[in-house]
Amino acid sequence: MKKLTSRIDKERLLLGIAAPLLAIVAALVVTALVILATGKNPGPAFSDMLTYGFASDSQVYILNKATTYYLSGVAVAVGFRMNLFNIGVDGQYRIAAFFAAVLGGALTVPGWLAIPMIIICAMATGALWAGIAGVLKVTRGVSEVIATIMLNAIATAVIGYLLQPGKLGELQQGGTLVSTKPLPESSYFFTIDTGPAGVLDGFIVVAVLVGLAYWFILGRTRFGFDLRTVGQSESAASASGVSVKKMVATSMIISGAVAGLIGMPTLLNESHQYDNSFPVGIGFTGIAIALLGRNNPIGIALGALLWGFLERTTNHLEFQGYDKEILGVIEGVIVLCVVIAYEVVRRYGLKRQQQRVGAELAAQAAAPTKKQEVA
Amino acid sequence: MKILYGMQQPDEGTITVGGEQVVFHNPGDAIARGIGMVHQHFMLADNLTVLENVVLGAEKLHGIGGKARARIKEISDAYGLNVRPDVLTEELGVADRQRVEILKVLYRGARTLILDEPTAVLVPQEVDALFDNLRELKAEGLTVIFISHKLGEVLSVADEITVIRRGTTVGTVEPRGTTPKQLAELMVGSELPTPETQESTVTDVPMLELKGLHLAQTDLDGVERIILDQIGLTIHKGEVLGIAGVEGNGQSELVEAIMGMRQPDAGSVTLDGTDISRVATRHRREAGIGYIPEDRHRHGLLLEAPLWENRVLGHVTEKPNSRGGLLDIKAARTDTERIVEAYDVRTPGIDVTAGSLSGGNQQKLIVGREMSHDPKLLIAAHPTRGVDVGAQAAIWDYIREARREGLAVLLISADLDELIGLSDTLRVMYRGRLVADADPATITPEELGSAMTGAASGHLEHTEDDA
Repeated sequence: MKKLTSRIDKERLLLGIAAPLLAIVAALVVTALVILATGKNPGPAFSDMLTYGFASDSQVYILNKATTYYLSGVAVAVGFRMNLFNIGVDGQYRIAAFFAAVLGGALTVPGWLAIPMIIICAMATGALWAGIAGVLKVTRGVSEVIATIMLNAIATAVIGYLLQPGKLGELQQGGTLVSTKPLPESSYFFTIDTGPAGVLDGFIVVAVLVGLAYWFILGRTRFGFDLRTVGQSESAASASGVSVKKMVATSMIISGAVAGLIGMPTLLNESHQYDNSFPVGIGFTGIAIALLGRNNPIGIALGALLWGFLERTTNHLEFQGYDKEILGVIEGVIVLCVVIAYEVVRRYGLKRQQQRVGAELAAQAAAPTKKQEVA
Repeated sequence: MKILYGMQQPDEGTITVGGEQVVFHNPGDAIARGIGMVHQHFMLADNLTVLENVVLGAEKLHGIGGKARARIKEISDAYGLNVRPDVLTEELGVADRQRVEILKVLYRGARTLILDEPTAVLVPQEVDALFDNLRELKAEGLTVIFISHKLGEVLSVADEITVIRRGTTVGTVEPRGTTPKQLAELMVGSELPTPETQESTVTDVPMLELKGLHLAQTDLDGVERIILDQIGLTIHKGEVLGIAGVEGNGQSELVEAIMGMRQPDAGSVTLDGTDISRVATRHRREAGIGYIPEDRHRHGLLLEAPLWENRVLGHVTEKPNSRGGLLDIKAARTDTERIVEAYDVRTPGIDVTAGSLSGGNQQKLIVGREMSHDPKLLIAAHPTRGVDVGAQAAIWDYIREARREGLAVLLISADLDELIGLSDTLRVMYRGRLVADADPATITPEELGSAMTGAASGHLEHTEDDA
């Protein structure tokens, strides 16, 4: 019996890895075809990506990018585990970063106090923004997809309105750029200097902690169990005593709070202010990464690293005479393949397990005489 | 059955239809070969007429207009099905719906009919009518495969009976010269279980009291429908109270009201002297309500989660599943092993998904889980539906044993033999009201059946000339 159980588990693990691998290989094939279609040779492109991607300065760049992407992936994954599609992570992190930057610029307290305050402000803003969608869904039955998309647009408008000289913004660099008041140097988050390779954002530590918390809360706590139950079957959850509505609102708020962290590596480690060049669209990247990582904390990390790698290396391809739009093609194809591959693998896995259980029980039933002899 | 209808492929073996060996890759292949299936759960669209439901997906045969209507009439008359093509499906009763399902299959040219547990939702009188229809079909040269757990019915309607147990054929018998007991022994492979309870264990300590439970709902047309109408009942410690009734007469809503999944408009629920009318589902469970839901896939299990997580489901706040706010995975797993052992859940391990177990084993796991938290009240809704005879006997045993130990049980079932056999007190539910009560010691299924259709009410007395 033990043997079969472990075999099933091993198989499950294998199947779990097979899907993303399959997707990435398929994406590479499609990308190669696309490069061929543009009349160029894909071989050198791939080899350039490899050598350039693993250069040490690239590694630091990729880790920094991945930190942001990881947080975004986790924020989306929290929703996914609940069967909620928080497409509004994008708006949530931007408005969170904006207000955190405003607060950070205004604070005059020492860094050890200011940094936590900035981070908490960001999380609270993100949670509030996502909470609007959560409350609307629970009380009025508004689809969270629609609500969060709208909230994205509203966030853009709110930031655009407030980020003006005389409101919460101020003119920088001789009047060419509007930003929030820059953070005092004491409020900068620590960085790790890796020498010529560049500077590693200290926020990577926070990202790792978020990953650990995500794993622990979902897998090891009662709350996490309830959350997963609702995600798997709302009817079973309510029969088992979970208040589905409360859970929907709570997980939306958690998702938003994590989303609030997405802008922090940029704000605290790099830009130190919110301006028009603050990165946008990371919330959508998070959706792709959460899908790729199967909502698994380690899977999301791998997905985030892959995304960072692709971004870094395709940028470099431009200098080799390739089109940088190839990045969009690879990413798009990966996501598409991943969705398909997971569904195929999931169905195959379930069916296979059913067959195995049936076979095992049939074998047990076929040998009852033996048992009787023993007894 | 699934193989025969092309929904699943066999690993080995052959199917021969009309002397010709065939392979079915999907239900379409099976239909093309003249095999039709009437599912246990009807597959009809409520907001369409009978005609529309019948032609749905088979528009190519006779179109969707006059020709189709004529063909439906023709089939209906030929087999005495009495189907009215222009009635909305939602206005039909269960028996009528079933006839529509049968007609749907015949319309597609089926010569072999598979009926999966067709009588589960019918009252005895309707069962007789169904059997008349089946005999009609037989007389016209059609083949009928009738799948049922109910031995009496199989004996009365079949020309040949094949008993299948745990996936293998254990015997084929002639109904003439076979008693239900022999048949049942073939099915269980051992002594026949009966749902009879022994000496009464009813005490006079009330465990569950419902008073004036009322629930109304406004449907889409703005018409207010009363779902629960002044339900009042008391279950004592050690008492099994059975509720008979055709499905859809408010039983599910009653259970949901007691569980706290649905808030009634008025009335109170008192458990063991404490008013729990306003208490959340989780706290009601913690207070000692065990729940075997009627639809285990929707309400009782997480099909894609491993068994041990399903053991935690519904009892996540209780020992041994958690300590403080944290799950105690090790203890939960150990306890799952214990349940699997004690309740004879046939599984290769506790890490397989619940969905890969058979219905009977899933149900035994649920029963084991609910019994493991010393419930004061057990709500058992169709506890043995879709469960093989062996598991059925085991589940009955668990209920009886718990009753001896002072458990109060609310039993809701469509299986009248089960109700009569297990209950200490019987109530009949019709259109949201408890219309009749009966003494299970003397009542017959037929008498209960007439109250279930609303033909009788009040206290049901067994009359000799009636039987």
